[in-house]
Amino acid sequence: MSDHELRVSKIRDGTVIDHVEGGQALNVLAILGIDGSEGLGVSVGMNVPSDRLGRKDLVKVEGRELSQSEVDVLSLIAPEATINIIREFEVVEKNRVTRPDRVVGVLSCPNRNCITNADEPVDTRFEVVADGVRCDYCSTVLRSDIADHIDV
Amino acid sequence: MRQDHLITATQLSRDDIEAVLDRAREVAADPEAYAGRHAGTMLALCFFEPSTRTRMSFDAAAQRLGIDTIDMGDVDSSSVSKGESLADTVRVIEGYADSIVLRHPSEGAATLAAEFVDVPVINAGDGAGQHPSQTLLDLHTIRENHGLDDLTVGIMGDLKYGRTVHSLATALTNFDARQHFISPESLRLPRSVRFDLHETGAQVREHDDLEAVLPELDVLYVTRIQKERFPDENEYHRVAGEYRIDADTLDAAPDDLTVMHPLPRVDEIAPDVDDTEHARYFEQAHNGIPVRMALLDTLLENAEAAEGMEVDR
Repeated sequence: MSDHELRVSKIRDGTVIDHVEGGQALNVLAILGIDGSEGLGVSVGMNVPSDRLGRKDLVKVEGRELSQSEVDVLSLIAPEATINIIREFEVVEKNRVTRPDRVVGVLSCPNRNCITNADEPVDTRFEVVADGVRCDYCSTVLRSDIADHIDV
Repeated sequence: MRQDHLITATQLSRDDIEAVLDRAREVAADPEAYAGRHAGTMLALCFFEPSTRTRMSFDAAAQRLGIDTIDMGDVDSSSVSKGESLADTVRVIEGYADSIVLRHPSEGAATLAAEFVDVPVINAGDGAGQHPSQTLLDLHTIRENHGLDDLTVGIMGDLKYGRTVHSLATALTNFDARQHFISPESLRLPRSVRFDLHETGAQVREHDDLEAVLPELDVLYVTRIQKERFPDENEYHRVAGEYRIDADTLDAAPDDLTVMHPLPRVDEIAPDVDDTEHARYFEQAHNGIPVRMALLDTLLENAEAAEGMEVDR
């Protein structure tokens, strides 16, 4: 995107999540647990023209850098995303997300009868499979509704 | 089987299964040769859900190997009713016993238990998940009647919640078996089991009724449709009635059809089937002893070998 098309201003410190599949920006915020109440500066661009994706979403969060577990889950709903860490208006780190083999302690199992929903001292653990994730404990497969089960 | 736990049927390769079944055949032929083989060891029976035959058959199998058993008793009278976690319960019991048989109402309970203890854990049923030791005795029964090659198996009843079905369907993918699943639409196989079948490229067909597929079957595995799966009792009676068999139903079956059931049955197999050549469900239940003896023997042997390797290091 060239400068004259910029719809939101640059941020000083924080994270820019770019090349998010169109329509997924609000799910990205859900993964990050951001709903506005924490007072962070957040800008969201939706359905912005993109050479790579046709249309993309992007999310800028001021004053917040992402943890690895957040990036792992992000990769499930936004496999093409790039994550830019910004310090003093400069991009100091630029990473593509990679799909992990497993996501640990981030999603809750949608199967209410799964042992991980029974107050046991374990983190949830999901294997990343072709088109979703699968609970290591009860084998429940989670596909399109991953964002509804984020538990960070 | 190199592992010393038995948690799900997905962990079992064809070689694993055949090794246990070969040993079960040896046990059945000469039980005396196995008597007292594991004397001085202890097995804990931890049943967080009611069980008669699985509990008794593990108990009997253990005793025939010389293994002493301790039983947790009913959940109501144990500290579980005080809110103790499963992780704590099994860690305590690990100090009392050399292996644990676990039945629990939550899916994934045995997986969790195995993460917290070093002694072998056998999943004797986890909610609507898996029941792999039942599968081993089911496969033993099939093998002794038909062999395990070029098989056509029909599995009928509650395929959604039936843990014996989930384990059997998964284990059969190791063999040259065509599987037909016969159930009402609301009780078809869950996504998790379909996923495993799909991954292995298994030959799977689903049917609403038995009639069309019955003449092709070598084995018909019947399971109970439970009343509590239906919001409406009338709907239950209507649906369950369509998945009952009697001696007349089996007129259309091949002469050598084997009818199996994990038991207990209610009325899904009429008593008049018991007198036919097809009925194998009591033989199947009796096979629980040699198969569970073979399983315990294998897992304890593996655990001892693993311990030996740790010492060598």
